[in-house]
Amino acid sequence: MDGAALGLGTFLQHLINGLTLGAIYGLIAIGYTMVYGIIRMINFAHGEIYMLGAFVAVTGFTLLSALGVQSVALGLIVVLAASILFTAAYGWTVERVAYRPLRGSGRLAPLISAIGMSIFLQNYVMLTQGARPKPLQPVLSGGITLWQGETFALGITYIQAFIIVLTVALMASFTVLIARTPLGRAQRACEQDRTMAALLGINVDRTISLTFVMGASLAAVAGVLVTMYYGVVDFYIGFLAGLKAFTAAVLGGIGSLPGAMLGGLLIGLIEAFFTGYVSGAYKDVAAFSILILVLVLRPTGLLGRPDIEKV
Amino acid sequence: MQPAPTLAARLKDAGLAAGVALLLAIPFIGLTTVNTDQGLSVATRWPWVGYAVAAVFAGRLLAGYLRDALAGRASAATSARNVLPTGETARRLGRGFVIAGIGFAAVMPFLPFSDRYILDLGTTALIYVLLGMGLNVTVGLAGLLDLGFVAFYAIGAYTFALLAKFAGLGFWLSLPLSGLVAALFAVLLSLPILRLRGDYLAIVTLGFGEITRIVILNWQSLTGGPNGVAGIPRPSLFGISFERRPPEGQVSFHELTGIAFSSEHRMMFLYFIILVLVLAASWAVWRLRRLPIGRAWEALREDEIACRSLGINPTAAKVSAYATGAMLGGLAGCFFSARQGFVSPESFTFIESAIILAIVVLGGMGSQIGVVIAALFIVLLPEFAREFADYRMLLFGAAMILIMVWRPGGLLSGRDPTLRLSDRRSPPPAATESL
Repeated sequence: MDGAALGLGTFLQHLINGLTLGAIYGLIAIGYTMVYGIIRMINFAHGEIYMLGAFVAVTGFTLLSALGVQSVALGLIVVLAASILFTAAYGWTVERVAYRPLRGSGRLAPLISAIGMSIFLQNYVMLTQGARPKPLQPVLSGGITLWQGETFALGITYIQAFIIVLTVALMASFTVLIARTPLGRAQRACEQDRTMAALLGINVDRTISLTFVMGASLAAVAGVLVTMYYGVVDFYIGFLAGLKAFTAAVLGGIGSLPGAMLGGLLIGLIEAFFTGYVSGAYKDVAAFSILILVLVLRPTGLLGRPDIEKV
Repeated sequence: MQPAPTLAARLKDAGLAAGVALLLAIPFIGLTTVNTDQGLSVATRWPWVGYAVAAVFAGRLLAGYLRDALAGRASAATSARNVLPTGETARRLGRGFVIAGIGFAAVMPFLPFSDRYILDLGTTALIYVLLGMGLNVTVGLAGLLDLGFVAFYAIGAYTFALLAKFAGLGFWLSLPLSGLVAALFAVLLSLPILRLRGDYLAIVTLGFGEITRIVILNWQSLTGGPNGVAGIPRPSLFGISFERRPPEGQVSFHELTGIAFSSEHRMMFLYFIILVLVLAASWAVWRLRRLPIGRAWEALREDEIACRSLGINPTAAKVSAYATGAMLGGLAGCFFSARQGFVSPESFTFIESAIILAIVVLGGMGSQIGVVIAALFIVLLPEFAREFADYRMLLFGAAMILIMVWRPGGLLSGRDPTLRLSDRRSPPPAATESL
């Protein structure tokens, strides 16, 4: 076996790992970007929403195995549905309690409120679920070997395949939802001009609430997927994942849906390749440095629309 | 005024809230997973779900009545939001408050109730006041949202730690150097990102804060990585040391004065250093606000395009605001090193940046008295909640939300502009709450 083939194999393996990670970041990033697009605020508690989704998944899988449910497909559907239901309820409540009273009072007040909410949710989960990491039995094991060398095997696990396929399906249906349905139209209208949208009979409050519910649902899916992928969850995972997903949203151009997906994939790939080829300790430095570089060269992100300044 | 809702409407509203609470409580309060030898197992706490739902129901019902009662009173008076006096009265009140506050801070260590714990708390609070003043220049005056301010705090702290470790420099020489190094980093950071505005700027500063922490954590040979730097020398007063055994070439305070040795003297000394630093910083910022550069900052916050049209150089204003803020952060970091005698990356996480930003925003952007009040509040609140031990941070987060909902402009939001052309003729411009 020659070195070039091994090099290519390693490269493809990092690519698969990076795509998996990027898919998860992309799902979380959509929540940031949609909320930013519609009410121009950084929802700092969104990372915690994703963490809540992961915890529902841990409880759900444990409960199902205690009840003796053997079918993986049934288990996945039940846990995904439960996680989406409960996490979306949290997303709705967070907006209602911490952000809606602050609408129209500058940009910093909601930001501080969001940081407070993030601290609150982290400690809430730590108190109710315990501070120790939760290790979970693998739900879906095994994989496909794509290429078998003498010392090296290129493969994709079933979980990775599931994550990538589910994410692509979700993103495609989401694009259609935003582009074609009345709800998507209402969202885009509110994004452009909330007062005008309200005058034209759109229920702005309801549209914003639904935006939070949709963002939280996608974060819940990301939480379930990451629980299956890594098999361990603790109350602190929301912070870094949220930070990177937000970085992804900004990288792609905040407010832009395809931008969030692209940004998520890029951050995942950067992380995987940097870990594989340079150093694992500095992978977050790489992600943030590239963010700064992109913003310096293209201040509105890769796919963002330029912010026109009005006098 | 709207008619008060009927009892049935109130019950329905509270019932809906209780329904949502039930949904929220089931997966987290009702169910939990326990780590056992065989992996995880599920435990239930259904009674607690009942308590939580009942509490939400009762709370929502009471809040409804309370809100109506308050609204009735507020409409009778002029407005609940503008309870603070403005104009000349406010200025006189403010000045009296400042003098009383400084006086109290100066004599506090000698008062009978003061002990080690109070001194320690006072010192911590003053560090946050200094940090808050630094960030207040960047966010409050110049309107540049900075989510990575802790980086400058860390740079200041490590500058002193490393200067002491490798060059053997003492506190007083390192203090200005720490401020300068932090300001230098701020200039280097601000140059490439001046084109960015608003939230993009915020996320880049956030990234910078994280990069700084990760580099400190991983540059083992220089910073000691997660183990940090230990053995940082304590400050001395013109060669007088407050240690039991003074270092070479210094005399100790207890030998010089004949007072029995007590580590409380050292804490008092540290307290006075940070008090003087805070007073000097606040005086400097207060003066800077009246200089052209300070006025340029405030003008920049209000409208960048107008600023440019009037011939103000936005680049110079932004860079100087960053550098000034960072310098104060660096000074606070240097003092932090000297006080702890030990630094590690753990002290410089994002949550610190968030707390400092919360101080600036809670206090009311741009208000220096506000920063002091908010810093005291933020440091003291978890202390008062100490009885609740585990629930401290939970209450802290909830308090941040509640205060913002109650007063979105911060505690002292009705601030006056620093300069006004004429007190008589022109009506005071309304305080803006935009960034």
